[in-house]
Amino acid sequence: MDLTLYVWRQAGPDAAGEMKRYEAQGMSPDMSFLEMLDVVNERLILEGEEPIVFEHDCREGICGACGMVINGVAHGPQRATTTCQLHMRQFNDGDTIYIEPWRSTAFPVLRDLMVDRSSFDRIIEAGGYVSVSTGSARDANEIPVPKADADSAMDAAACIGCGACVAACPNGAAQLFTSAKVAHLGLLPQGQPERLSRTRAMVAVMEDEAFGSCTNHRECEAVCPKQISVDYIARLNRDYLKAQLLDPNAK
Amino acid sequence: MQLDAKIPTGPIAEKWEKARFDLKLVNPANKRKFEILIVGTGLAGASAAATLGELGYNVRCFCFQDSARRAHSIAAQGGINAAKNYQNDGDSVFRLFYDTVKGGDYRAREANVHRLAEVSVNIIDQATAQGVPFAREYGGLLANRSFGGAQVSRTFYARGQTGQQLLLGAYQALMRQVKAGRVTLHARTEMLDLVVHEGRARGIVTRDLATGDIRSWSGDAVVLATGGYGNVYYLSTNAKGSNVTAAWRAHRRGAYFANPCYTQIHPTCIPVSGDYQSKLTLMSESLRNDGRIWVPTAPGDSRRPTDIPESERDYYLERRYPAFGNLVPRDVASRAAKKEADDGRGVGPGGLGVYLDFANAIERLGQDAIAARYGNLFEMYERITGDDPYRVPMRIFPAVHYTMGGLWVDYNLMTTVPGLYSIGESNFSDHGANRLGASALMQGLADGYFVLPNTIGDYLAQHMGEERLETSDSAFTAIEDDVRGRTRKLLETNGKRTVDDFHRELGLLMWNECGMERSAEGLRRALAKIPEMREEFHQNVRVLGGDQTVNQSLEKAGRVADFFELAELMCIDALNRDESCGGHFRTEHQTPEGEAQRDDENFRYVAAWECTGDFAKPVLNKEPLEFENVKLTQRSYK
Repeated sequence: MDLTLYVWRQAGPDAAGEMKRYEAQGMSPDMSFLEMLDVVNERLILEGEEPIVFEHDCREGICGACGMVINGVAHGPQRATTTCQLHMRQFNDGDTIYIEPWRSTAFPVLRDLMVDRSSFDRIIEAGGYVSVSTGSARDANEIPVPKADADSAMDAAACIGCGACVAACPNGAAQLFTSAKVAHLGLLPQGQPERLSRTRAMVAVMEDEAFGSCTNHRECEAVCPKQISVDYIARLNRDYLKAQLLDPNAK
Repeated sequence: MQLDAKIPTGPIAEKWEKARFDLKLVNPANKRKFEILIVGTGLAGASAAATLGELGYNVRCFCFQDSARRAHSIAAQGGINAAKNYQNDGDSVFRLFYDTVKGGDYRAREANVHRLAEVSVNIIDQATAQGVPFAREYGGLLANRSFGGAQVSRTFYARGQTGQQLLLGAYQALMRQVKAGRVTLHARTEMLDLVVHEGRARGIVTRDLATGDIRSWSGDAVVLATGGYGNVYYLSTNAKGSNVTAAWRAHRRGAYFANPCYTQIHPTCIPVSGDYQSKLTLMSESLRNDGRIWVPTAPGDSRRPTDIPESERDYYLERRYPAFGNLVPRDVASRAAKKEADDGRGVGPGGLGVYLDFANAIERLGQDAIAARYGNLFEMYERITGDDPYRVPMRIFPAVHYTMGGLWVDYNLMTTVPGLYSIGESNFSDHGANRLGASALMQGLADGYFVLPNTIGDYLAQHMGEERLETSDSAFTAIEDDVRGRTRKLLETNGKRTVDDFHRELGLLMWNECGMERSAEGLRRALAKIPEMREEFHQNVRVLGGDQTVNQSLEKAGRVADFFELAELMCIDALNRDESCGGHFRTEHQTPEGEAQRDDENFRYVAAWECTGDFAKPVLNKEPLEFENVKLTQRSYK
């Protein structure tokens, strides 16, 4: 396959960026998208040009490190697929492909296609956990959990924190990410004691970071590689309202 | 040096309790006076950092990824073992201990393995309390499955994402301690060297991967939780960033490296599709519960698998191992696949594959039942290969997956450098020569949640009231200069070949000569070749860009430079171990049936290598292994 790439190149956080054109010739349809970029990078190095920086690690769709906007869509054209799992057979010989980093104020570009997603960590830090210190747990089978609840919690917990939801949202909102963690823990009995305070704390930090607000576009759900449902956002909103009314810690 | 494993005396089942009583404690008011540096945020590192933070220590935790949540533990699929015996099927702590020692082909330390089996039950309790969404039965209790050929159902799992869920549990516990101010996290920060002063670990030197800053961190103890070194083979199931640098640099500063030749090849991975291949993807071995493995009877048969009649297929595992069939242990299944490929009966590109066929299972159970069990794996397979495994058999082939070798540690998980600890995959201690399925997650979390937090106080208590070394001390600045020098050298070489080009060449050599099968002849070939390749790397590598910015080629170059040194030690160890055991298969030592033939009389020891500076001449230190509770037998899966 012969492709024409337009790739966002930006030397550093404060540098001006530009779309740069590269010819990617002789690619195999069995390559992953990142392997195609590897081949381009190897050629660039031999030609004396610094390789395109992009984030990646596990390359099997679970670590959440990779992510780029491909032809205007976060993670590219294949549904429920991270960039690293996207393969070139999804494209045609002669295609032109536009590759950009996540675009969101909350995710500043560090270099080329690499962005800073530490705002996600700060949301989790605010309360995305059950406060149970090591050693004090009771026997795991003492608290039965209805299978349906456990399954739904697992659906939410499948989030890989890649940030595609934010990149796809016209408002740059982080509701899908935040709601997935609030729902994962809020659906389980172990998460009940802190359910309302957790929701308030995580939403407060989310709003302090540079994310926008959710106005129900549902673009997030469409690009989520783990198919996290926007139903969890409804759940987040309900828990948040409840927390404002009932949480004894609320002002 | 005389290795002292510090194994507590007394009956095996009482050793850990005795150790916990004998080890010195640090009182709660004094814990906050200590600073512990933890490198790595996988299961072992994150769980250790969280737990030490909860205990009141000051912890600094480092990872090269952009977030602690992305460490490669996240990719573990299948499950985690624990001796809960919830299924009432005869499991017990002793049975898990026994299975693990036997599965490791009698090359693990009994006392460590027993402790691992003991705390396995606490891990499940802890993870459940954190909200890890393990699979459940309709009655609401936890589900189990049998895994990797175990004859009891002791594996807990969260769909095909058990590693992800356990890691997120540990990561969340870690973030809670960050909020509490007990842990300071340094993401995008890679450890490039260890600082040893007056015989003790005093800190580390790191590079900030966003800004390029090289700086030192002083601590009262250093904990390496840096994972395995499978990427020495270039192609493996490890994440692209997984590397040996932290452990290797510690080795060069005095920590012994144990059993480096013990590597695990996982039998069910998606085969290589071309020379651009950047990594290999594992398919959970739970697939072997229902899939049947076969090759065409005739070599070079290029018909489509669905056109090959039953009579012209060889279900070679079922034929050779009637009792265990497709469920033989990983090393046995891997070698059997290689043998078929070597005999010309492999399938797919280059003949490097065998079929894993679900047609029978679909006929027997229906497509829905198979989809419920393996749906996500089938989708993953189709995304990568473009083939639909509901209709055509999967193609699989073995790939490097896990490394049992690692830094030598005593019972307390301390290396031969006082104050330096190694936990999880980065140490050598619990899996012997072969790791059983669903045991890696168990070991990482056992070390981090339950073992290290109990043992590290013993060392710290002996150094109560001592000043930490200032990072302005020459012990630190000398090593910082060393790191800067290495970085500068890599940037200035400006040769003609890329880092990946060298890495692929090294990986292929290691796969051929020190991979699934090793021979004295092949290892000697590799030992002649590696120093030449390493020399060429340092003369001819091309790393563009600067050091005060994001520079991924520079990061890779530093890691590959260390892989070149490790590779030599692996071959030396493999050559020295003139026997076959577990994942280490020497062609000269096999039973008439082609199984690994151990030599317990001469090799029942841990090989702990000491760095002398001359990589061709490391010093071998032996820790003899005593088996008082497990009877040594020849493994048989017939």
